[in-house]
Formats: sequence, C-alpha cells, structure tokens
Amino acid sequence: MSYTTTAHHDAHEDHPSGIMRWLTTTNHKDIGTMYLIFALIMFMVGGSMIMLVRAELFQPGMQLVQPEFFNQLIGVHALIMIFMALMPAATGFANWMLPLQIGAPDMALPRLNNWGFWLLPPAAILLTLPYILALFGIGDGAIATGWTFYAPLSVQGGIGVDFAIFAVHLLGISSVMGSINVIVTIFNMRAPGMTLMKMPMFAWGWLITAFLLIATIPVLAGAVTMLLTDRHFGTHFFDAAGGGDPIMFQHLFWFFGHPEVYILLLPVWGFMPQILQTFARKPMYGYKVQVYSLWAIGALSVVVWAHHFFTVGMPVPALLYFMYSTMAISIPLAVLFYCWIATIWRGSMSFETPMLFAVGWIILFGIGGLTGLVLADVAADAQYHHTYFVVAHFHYTLFAGGIMGIMAGVYYWLPKMTGHMYNEKLGKLHFWLTAISFNLTFIPQFFLGLAGMPRRIPDYALQFSEFNMISSIAAFVLGAAQLLFVYNIISCARGGKKATDQVWEGAQGLEWTLPSPPPYHSFTEQPVVK
Amino acid sequence: MVMQWIKKTGMFLVLAFASFAVNAEYAWNFPKPVTPMALDTLHVHNKFMLITMILFVVVLAIMIYSIVNHRKSRNYQAATFTGPRTRPQVLWTLVPFAILLYIDFILMGIPAYHSVVMMEDTKNNADMVIKVNGSQWRWSYEYMDGDAQGIKFVSNLTTPQEQITNEAEKGEHYLLEVDNPLVLPVDKKVRILLTASDVIHNWWVPAFGASRDAIPGFLRETWVKVEEEGTYRGQCKELCGKGHGYMPVVVKAVPQEEFDVWVADQKQQMAANTAGADKEWTKDELMALGKDVYTKNCAVCHQVSGAGLPPAFPALTGSKLVAEPNLDSDGKLLKDSHLDRVLNGKGVMPAWKATLSDSDIAAVVTYERNALGNAVGDVLQPAQVKALR
Amino acid sequence: MATQSQGHYFVPNPSLYPFILSAGLLVMAAGFIFSVNESVPGHSAGSWMMLGGLGVILAMIFLWLGKVIAESQGGHYKTWEDKSFRWGMMAFIASEVAFFAAFFGALFYMRVISVPELAGFDPEFTPYKDFLGAWPSAGPGGVVLGTEYTTAQFTPMGAWGIPAINTLILLTSGATVTWAHWGLLKNKRSQLVMGLFLTVVLGLLFIALQAYEYHHAYNELGLTLQAGAYGSTFFMLTGFHGFHVTLGTIMLIVILLRSMKGHFSPEHHFGFEGVAWYWHFVDVVWLGLFVFVYWL
Ligand code: HEA
Ligand code: HEA
Ligand code: HEC
Ligand code: CUA
Ligand SMILES: [Cu+2]
Repeated sequence: MSYTTTAHHDAHEDHPSGIMRWLTTTNHKDIGTMYLIFALIMFMVGGSMIMLVRAELFQPGMQLVQPEFFNQLIGVHALIMIFMALMPAATGFANWMLPLQIGAPDMALPRLNNWGFWLLPPAAILLTLPYILALFGIGDGAIATGWTFYAPLSVQGGIGVDFAIFAVHLLGISSVMGSINVIVTIFNMRAPGMTLMKMPMFAWGWLITAFLLIATIPVLAGAVTMLLTDRHFGTHFFDAAGGGDPIMFQHLFWFFGHPEVYILLLPVWGFMPQILQTFARKPMYGYKVQVYSLWAIGALSVVVWAHHFFTVGMPVPALLYFMYSTMAISIPLAVLFYCWIATIWRGSMSFETPMLFAVGWIILFGIGGLTGLVLADVAADAQYHHTYFVVAHFHYTLFAGGIMGIMAGVYYWLPKMTGHMYNEKLGKLHFWLTAISFNLTFIPQFFLGLAGMPRRIPDYALQFSEFNMISSIAAFVLGAAQLLFVYNIISCARGGKKATDQVWEGAQGLEWTLPSPPPYHSFTEQPVVK
Repeated sequence: MVMQWIKKTGMFLVLAFASFAVNAEYAWNFPKPVTPMALDTLHVHNKFMLITMILFVVVLAIMIYSIVNHRKSRNYQAATFTGPRTRPQVLWTLVPFAILLYIDFILMGIPAYHSVVMMEDTKNNADMVIKVNGSQWRWSYEYMDGDAQGIKFVSNLTTPQEQITNEAEKGEHYLLEVDNPLVLPVDKKVRILLTASDVIHNWWVPAFGASRDAIPGFLRETWVKVEEEGTYRGQCKELCGKGHGYMPVVVKAVPQEEFDVWVADQKQQMAANTAGADKEWTKDELMALGKDVYTKNCAVCHQVSGAGLPPAFPALTGSKLVAEPNLDSDGKLLKDSHLDRVLNGKGVMPAWKATLSDSDIAAVVTYERNALGNAVGDVLQPAQVKALR
Repeated sequence: MATQSQGHYFVPNPSLYPFILSAGLLVMAAGFIFSVNESVPGHSAGSWMMLGGLGVILAMIFLWLGKVIAESQGGHYKTWEDKSFRWGMMAFIASEVAFFAAFFGALFYMRVISVPELAGFDPEFTPYKDFLGAWPSAGPGGVVLGTEYTTAQFTPMGAWGIPAINTLILLTSGATVTWAHWGLLKNKRSQLVMGLFLTVVLGLLFIALQAYEYHHAYNELGLTLQAGAYGSTFFMLTGFHGFHVTLGTIMLIVILLRSMKGHFSPEHHFGFEGVAWYWHFVDVVWLGLFVFVYWL
C-alpha cells in the first residue's frame, strides 16, 4: 500500500486546560490515554489483591485473611482484571490507533466516546466501595461469589452482590457505547481508498469484538437484572421452588462469558501480526485467511458456552455438541498461529522489546490454547473442572495472551504516543522477568490441579504445599517486575530520546506517517489510500 | 545473550511440559484411579497430553529455527511472500489443518465420545442407590435401597480449629477428614443421586473420576464402582460460600462382608436412637449431647462462644428469639420461634429438620437456651420434636 | 463507501455532560442499593440518593440532547455525520434486541427445560412429588409445598382481551409513524404533525391499557411478580417492554414538538428516523411478547 498524506497540522489546540481538559474531552487521543492510564491503575489494584491471595496460599493454614474475605478478593481480582484492566486497555488502543490507522479525523461519536470512558471510574467505585463500607460496619464486604455470580450463592450473598451488579451494568453500558463507536468509525470514517479488505488487522479484530460485545453484553445485563429481582423482588428465575433453575444463570452468564474471552483477545490478535510484520520486515502472511478466521472465531464463540459447566449434568447429546463445537474453535485458531509463524518465517528479524513480547506471546498463548483444547473433553473435564488446572489454563490465555499481548502493544506504540523512546534495556529486563516468573507461577498450578486441588479455596491439604509455595514466590517476583513496566512508561512519557515518525524500521501503516506524537487533530483532511 | 535466554527458557518449557505426559508418577498426574471411570479418564488425559505436547514441540521447534536463523543481525534477507502461490503450496498449507481435524474429531473425539457415554450410564446394572445432599458446609448421605435402606447420616469436617489457625501441628489428613465417612462395598456399581439444600455444591473424589454438581431443588446423578479397598478423599468443588474449603468428601471402600457388618451396626444404632426419642431425657444429658451437636454443626457460623459474626451470622448469646417460647399451649410450633428457626431455617440459616435427629434437635435447642450465656431455663424433649414431624 | 474525501467532520466541543451523567448514575445506583437493603445502616437515605441521582440524570439527558438538537439546527450535521448517527442507532437497537433476547431466553428455558425437568424427576427421590410440569406454572413450590412456600395460586393472563387490543394499537401506531414519515418526505408538514400526534396518542393509550392490565393481574387474578416462573417472566418481559414504550413515547413527543417548531427537512431528519426505528423495534418486540407470553 502507498499513501498520499495531506494531513495539515493545526497549530492551535482549542481545549480547556488542567483537569477540565480530561473531564470534558472529545478528542480520541485524550480519551485513549485516559483508558490506558485507567487500565494500568486497575491492573495494579487487581494485582495487589491477588498478591494478598498468593500470600495466604503460601502455606497451608489461615494466616492473613478470613475465608469470606478471601472469596471477595478472588472475585474482585477477576472482575477488575477482566473488565477494568484488559478491556479498557484494548479500548484505549482502539481510541488511539483506529482513527490514525484508517485515516479518520476522530472517532465517529466523540461525546459518546467521552461518556464511555467516564462510566468506568463509577463502576470501579461501585465494585470496591463495599470493602470500605464494611470498615464502617455497613454490609459485609464486596461480592464473594467469584467473578461468575452463580446463583443461588449470589442470591444469598450480601450487599456486595448488589454493588457488583450495578458495576456490571455501568461497565456494560460503557462497553456498548465503546462498541457502537468502533463500528461506526470503521464503517463510516475510513479514508478514501481504504477498503475493508485493506484495513489494518487491528481494525478487523476490533470490529468483530464490537459485534460480539453488542450481542452478548446485554445478555449479561439481563442475567444480573434477573439476579437483582430474585434477590429483592421475589421473582423465581433461579429458584426451583418457582420453576426456575440455578443452571439457567450459568447458561446466561456463559453465553456472555465465553465470547468475552475472545472479546478480550481479538484486539490483540489484531495488532499482533502488525508487530510481527514490523520486526520481521516482511509483509503479513495470509491477510485474508486471518480475517476469515477472526470471523469464524467470533461466530463459533457464541455457540459453545456450556463447556464451562460440563459437570452440572446435561443430557448426553448436549455434552457431545458442546464438546465438538468447542474443539472446532481450535481450527481457526490454528490458522492464526500458522499465519503468525509464517509471517516471521524467513523474515529479517530484530528483537526489540515489542518483538520479544510478541514472540513470547505466541508460545505462551499456545500453551493456554492447547490446554483449553484438552479442557474441552467432557470426560477429562470432570477432573479438571474447577481445579487449579483451569486456573493455570486461563492465566496462560488471560495474562500471557491478554496482558502480555497488551504490553507488546504498549511498547510498540508508546514512542508514537509520547514522542519519546522508552528505555530498551529496562523493557527487555521487564520481558524476561515477566516471562520467567509467569511460567514459574502457573506451571506448578497445572500440577496442583492434576493432583486435585480445587480453585477458590483459602486453605488446602498438606500434599499441595510445595507447589503452592513455588507459585507464590514466583507470583511476588511477577508482581514486582510490573513495577519496571510502570517506571518505564512514566519515564518515557516525561522525556527521553526523540522518536522518529516511523519509529520502527519496518513499520507500515498510516499511523507511522504522522509525527510522533501526532498532532491534536490527526487527519483534518483525510489522506487518500491508493 | 538473548539467544541463550530463549534457548534456556525453551528447554525449560519443554521439560516442564514433557513431565505431564511422560511422567507416570501419580504425584505429577491424576491420583491413582480406582474406578473404571477414573481409569478411562486417566487414559484420555494422558493421550491428550501427549498429543498436545507433540503439537507444542513441533511448533516450538519451527519457531526456534526461525528465530535463530532469520535474523537481521545475521544479515538474513527478508522474503516477500504473503501466502501460498502455486497449487502444491496451497495443498501443503492444508496438510496441517487436515491433521488437526483428524486429531480433534478422530484421535480425541472418538475416545471422548465413549467416555461420555460411559460416564452418563448411571442406571444400568446399578447394585445400590445412595442419595447425597450438599448443604453449607457438610455432606449428608442416605442409603436408598437394599439392606442399608434408611441409614442416613451427616458427615462433618473434624479438623480442629487450632490446626487451621496454626496453633497446633497439622495432622496427616488436614482438611480431608470427617467424622462419618461414606461407606461403600467394593466392586459394586453405586448410583449416586445428588441434590442440595441451599446453594450449588459439587461432590468430587479425584480417585473416582466422578464429579457432579449438587443443585438445590434438582436431582443429578453419577456413579462409582470402587475396585480397590481403601479410604478415598476429595472435596466440594463448587464455590459455596465461606466454608467451601472445609467441605471434604471421605469414602471408605470395604469388602462386602465388612459392609454388611457396618450396616447391621448402623441399624442397631438407629433403633437405639428412635427409642431414645421416646424416653424422657434429663437436662444434663441434653446439654451434653447439645454441646456436641452445636460444635459440629452450628459453631462454623454462630461461633463456639455463640457470639456469631454479625451482621452475616447473628449472635445467639442474648438473642431475643432464643428467649421466646417454642411451643404454644397445645404443643404446636410457634412461627419464628427458636425451634422453628432451627427446624425450618431462614435465608442463609439452614433447615435442620432433615439432617438432624429428634434428639439432636431437642438437645441443641436446649443447649442454646441454657448455655452460650443464655439462661432461659426450659428444656425441650426429643418426644416433643418428634410430635411435630 | 468511503471513496472520495468527504470534507470536514464535525467534532463537538469538549463537554461536561457525560461526566456528570456518569456521576448521577453512580449516585442513583448506590441509592437504589441502600433502599433495597433494609438491614443496612444508611437504608433510609437510599431513596433520596436515588431520586437525587435520577434528577441529575434527567437534567443531563435534557441538556445533552438539547445541545445535539441545537447543533443539528445550527447546520453542523451534514451527510457524513448523519451516516454516523444511523450506524450508531442501528448498533444501539441491536444491543437492545440482545437485551430482550436474554429474557425471552429465560422464558423458553423455563418452559421447555426446567419446569418439565422438575416434574419429571423420580418421585421417590425428589421433594416435588406430584408436580405437573404444565405451562403456565408457578413452579412446584406453588403446588406441593403449600405450607412452606407462599406462592399464590393465580390465573394466567388471556391473550384475546387487552393484549389483542394492544397489538392492534401498536400495529396502527407503526403505520401512523410511517404515514408521518411520508408527509415529511413530501414536505407536507400537517401530515407529519398529524401522524406523529396520532402515534403519541396510540402510545399513551397502550401504556394506559397496560397499566390497567397490571392492576387487574394483581388485584383480581392473583398474578404477581412473585408468582413463580410464569409471574417472573410475564412481568419482567412486559415490564421492560412497557418501559421501552414509555421511553419511545417521550421521544415521540419530543419530535412532535420539534416538528411543530418546524425542525426537520425532507433531506435531513435523522432525529425523526431514529425515533421511528426505535418505535418499530418496540413494536416487533411486542409481537414476540404477544405470541410467546400471552398466546401460546
Ligand atoms: C482469553 C481467554 C481465553 C481463551 C482465548 C480461551 C481459549 C479456550 N478455552 Fe478457555 N477459559 C478462559 C479463558 C480463555 N480460554 C477462562 C477465563 C476460563 C475459566 C472461567 C472460570 O471458570 O472462571 C476458561 C475455561 C475453559 C473451560 C472450562 C474449564 C472448566 O471450568 O472446567 C474450557 C473447556 O472447554 C475452555 C476451553 C477453551 C478452548 C477450547 C479454547 C480455544 O479457544 C483454544 C484454541 C487454541 C488452540 C487449540 C491452540 C492452537 C495452537 C496450535 C495448534 C499451536 C500452538 C503451539 C505453539 C504456538 C507453540 N476454557
Ligand atoms: C486478565 C485477567 C487476569 C490477570 C491479568 C490475572 C493476574 C494474576 N492472577 Fe488471576 N484470575 C483471573 C484473571 C486474571 N488474573 C480470573 C478470571 C480468576 C478467577 C476468579 C474466580 O475464581 O472467580 C483469577 C484467579 C486467580 C487465582 C485463583 C484464586 C482461587 O481460585 O482461589 C490465582 C491464584 O494464584 C490468581 C493469580 C494471579 C496472579 C499471580 C496474577 C499476576 O499476573 C498479577 C501480576 C500483577 C501485579 C502483582 C500488579 C502489579 C504490581 C504491583 C501493584 C506492585 C506490588 C507488587 C507486590 C506487592 C509483589 N488469579
Ligand atoms: C450456614 C451458616 C449457619 C449455620 C451452620 C447455622 N446457622 Fe443459625 N443462623 C444463620 C443465619 C444466617 C441466621 C439468621 C437468619 C435470619 O434471620 O435471616 C441464623 C439464625 C439462627 C437463629 C435465630 C437467631 C436470631 O436471633 O434471629 C437460631 C436460634 C439459630 N440460627 C440456631 C442455629 C443452630 C441450632 C444451628 C446448628 C444446628 C445453626 N443455627 C447453624 C446461619 C447459620
Ligand atoms: Cu460446598 Cu463448595
Ligand atoms: Cu469458554
């Protein structure tokens, strides 16, 4: 592709200054920055919570927390990491990069965009407020049902459940607003000549994410609304005595919950091939096939949800259907792996931090995916289900596949966003520390699960002691390593070597034709793509 | 430098993963299987692990080759292909996916099909039926047919609180020990029906390969056929509140003869119990039994001292409700009385009617009214409780 | 689509409304939570917080939409912006469809799976021994364990009374909006205003009849929100639908007033079309309700 850029750069930046700039902004870059900073802060908060959990699990016996508080910690950890760290980070990238990549002046609905962001802090407050209220004797703390809200435990639960329900409502509205914006931007704001099949892969990843969000988030909203009325207004959706069924909640939750895991990763699958092609200095392999695979994953993801509760006792045909359809997802994913590896194959690779993260990501996410494939087997899942084997599986997909993917993106785009180069040495150190301590944290958990340690228990039998100890120590190193990441970002934002427009030697795409950092109004005149 | 790191971590990963499939030691794998289902599950699992291992190693090897050779620092010139171009090339790219389809649906799919069918075949040729009820936070068992019909009991965690709070040395079966284990004869197919009285629980013994949810109001089933004598331990696997980690399952598999002896023993005790319900108890007897019942069943929530954990679990010490009378002048149960609450529960407070015997209930109510800092003074006789059923 | 450069895209000025709106939502949600949890200290303040939050929300929506209308009248929105709104509205309605799908899903699940399953368990083992799994159902608790559960016996709502009339009303209103739209396209203002006015009247009529139906259900049929599977799904589905009709009617009133002020032109009237789409969507949901909740 080649471009003729006619971006003329306004000198004036007409916006209020100070805090008002951020509260009121309608600028896609400002909003993207807020999303990213919010995600980083919440990653710290969610991570600190789980550090407390790992400390408690360091050895058998109850040391630091009460079982009730332990349950609150794990559920809120998960809700924060998924809804307030990983999702906002991906949305932040969408805001920053989509308009730049497709040559748009801004996101299509800027005021809505601002609202989408400003719904997040209230949601974070709602989710964590019960902890603070409990200190003053109001209620008994945050939601203690795990992130899955399973009825009737959640019907029985305290005030924390209500707060979590409304937090989910606000997060849901935020995601729907964000998705509407992405869809409209992609369909309506592309630069002349930028046909759909010329779009950067990141736009495709996000487009499908947005569709999935619009189709599934409202179902979650409906499910928690039924939960709310069951709790307070006497409905019987999840109560056998009225003809309802607790398992119905699981169906509704996972109808959202399973697509959610792809919602989290589709944006990453979008920009990752872009990073690979940049550092392999070789065009992306199988663009079209990748696009079709992303669509296939999106479509399959909404028909496999029941693999999360194989042990509730479904009829055999249902078990078989959900098993085979789940296995089918491995085909498009394998296509993606094939294309990623073929992209770097016979390239001319160099290993700056983003590339280290990208390559490490393929391998580690591969482990997550392959263990997922094994979980899909109904018979074996009876053993794996709700053990640490599953915990290890989803941290390989969520932390390695999600967070480490996002980190690759951060290092890749940080010079473009701030105009400065980050500290490369520190970045590499961060990668190696993260990759190694991550494996040391979660590989023992595979063995714990096989040996029979259930998840969500604050205390365990003696035979699990050694692995838990290794896992905890490694988790502390993993946590500490993230401080390097934060330090590197902050120092990069404050100064450093100037970044060039193209930043990376092999970088391709419209965003690299603008200066680093790009002007406040990116493309007032749209570029023409030939 | 970077290269060596990659090699090292690569090796590490391969080794770590290899131990999954290769290492037959049970410490690194599922516990030793003792039922046909568990054995089948173990085979399926080993096979899958081997397959995924091979996939992983193959792909990793390709990647490492590429990372080592196709680098800028080695002056490797980048190719420019973006997809397969010639027909043979297209066919070549399809081969891996054909293999993957084969793996998914033939190599993994067919054994999985047979396992599922076997797993769900709970009724055919079942020798006996047991009903398992999960409640916060204990299992109770009831034998539904044969000689053992009518035997039922509650199975509570026996690990002392001091071990949990690290004030005492932890025992060998820390957290996996109960007062009344489920007793099963070996080599008999046992159909297990599951239900729950409050929230969802999951009855799981790793060595049996059986794991099934117990859902309030619904019936679910699974089966076991233990082929080896021994004591097997597992635990509740579905988050069920604060005591989720303290809800072990212990099963004793014994030869048929031993089982018969055990059944006879239980029957005798039951007869003694019903007789006990009809006799007049002294206050001391009630208080002694009551204390026992209270520490086993109630202290998790209301605490040993009776102080509770307000606001979640109310204090019984000084409770207004406890001070009110239980029965009206005709011996009818008063609504929202102490006894009503214990029999029928309310919200999180479990209903004990089905789980505890008449003497247990009479004793624990008497105990709560006259200990834990309360001094109501009256006693409740088992016969009075029996009359309410 | 995007083949030639489309000129300048309108990016609105910075605005504080979204931020305040979110703060209002936070206060309302917290207030609601306090107001429904009786045992929690602060319970009494809950309702006031909720009302305060609601006030803020309404004020913000009013101001925000007012600004949008002003921008529209100010000629800031051209074809390009207009297209964004259309895509946006479609995506929004799609999300609403998914929301209703959750409740329809619950209805089907209970009718097809959980109620028959509860009735089908081996009577030797289940607590619900002689429960018949027929629909409408209040669930086994309402039939067997009469002393322990207080689920009332009820009469289900028939389809051919008020619901059938309401169906006609909504279908007619769909036609009147379309008629109004034709008027707008042909620049016949009186037809536009008349059509919208009729639609608003029909919408209000629908709401009134629905309110009467609820009154009837509670006071004469014993059909309440607490009446098991049937009561839960009946009131949640019709209730959320009724809420959407109310919103739709308010939006119709707004565009009616705007039409009377002379807003909208045959070329530029996204405001009108957005509301009309929404109204049609509400219509279609009702048809689903009529068939699956009332009739079958
Ligand atoms: C982003 C997150 C994410 C992703 C992508 C996935 C991907 C998959 N997951 Fe996972 N999963 C979770 C997050 C995720 N999962 C979470 C959070 C839970 C637990 C929720 C809870 O209970 O709290 C869970 C639980 C979970 C279960 C339920 C387990 C249980 O509770 O009993 C199952 C069962 O089928 C499953 C299956 C799968 C499958 C088949 C995939 C497939 O998509 C994977 C497909 C990929 C492949 C098959 C890899 C193909 C690659 C190659 C062929 C080469 C690879 C090798 C190298 C590169 C070296 N997952
Ligand atoms: C995106 C999702 C995501 C992410 C990133 C993580 C990150 C981590 N998770 Fe989490 N986790 C989940 C999603 C995620 N998790 C989910 C969905 C569950 C299931 C919950 C449920 O059962 O309902 C779960 C549950 C879960 C459990 C199981 C709890 C249980 O079942 O009892 C464990 C246990 O080890 C765990 C560990 C970790 C660790 C060590 C990290 C680390 O990677 C975190 C590293 C980050 C930091 C530590 C923060 C940064 C550093 C600082 C702020 C400096 C301070 C550092 C120190 C004090 C050392 N997680
Ligand atoms: C799962 C935790 C739990 C267990 C175990 C438990 N209770 Fe309770 N109990 C509660 C809760 C919660 C309440 C409050 C119920 C309510 O009023 O909503 C309660 C209330 C009570 C009350 C009424 C107190 C009052 O002042 O209102 C009595 C009496 C009581 N329980 C006795 C018992 C006895 C006897 C046992 C054991 C045989 C027992 N409880 C076991 C949770 C428990
Ligand atoms: Cu019972 Cu967990
Ligand atoms: Cu899933």
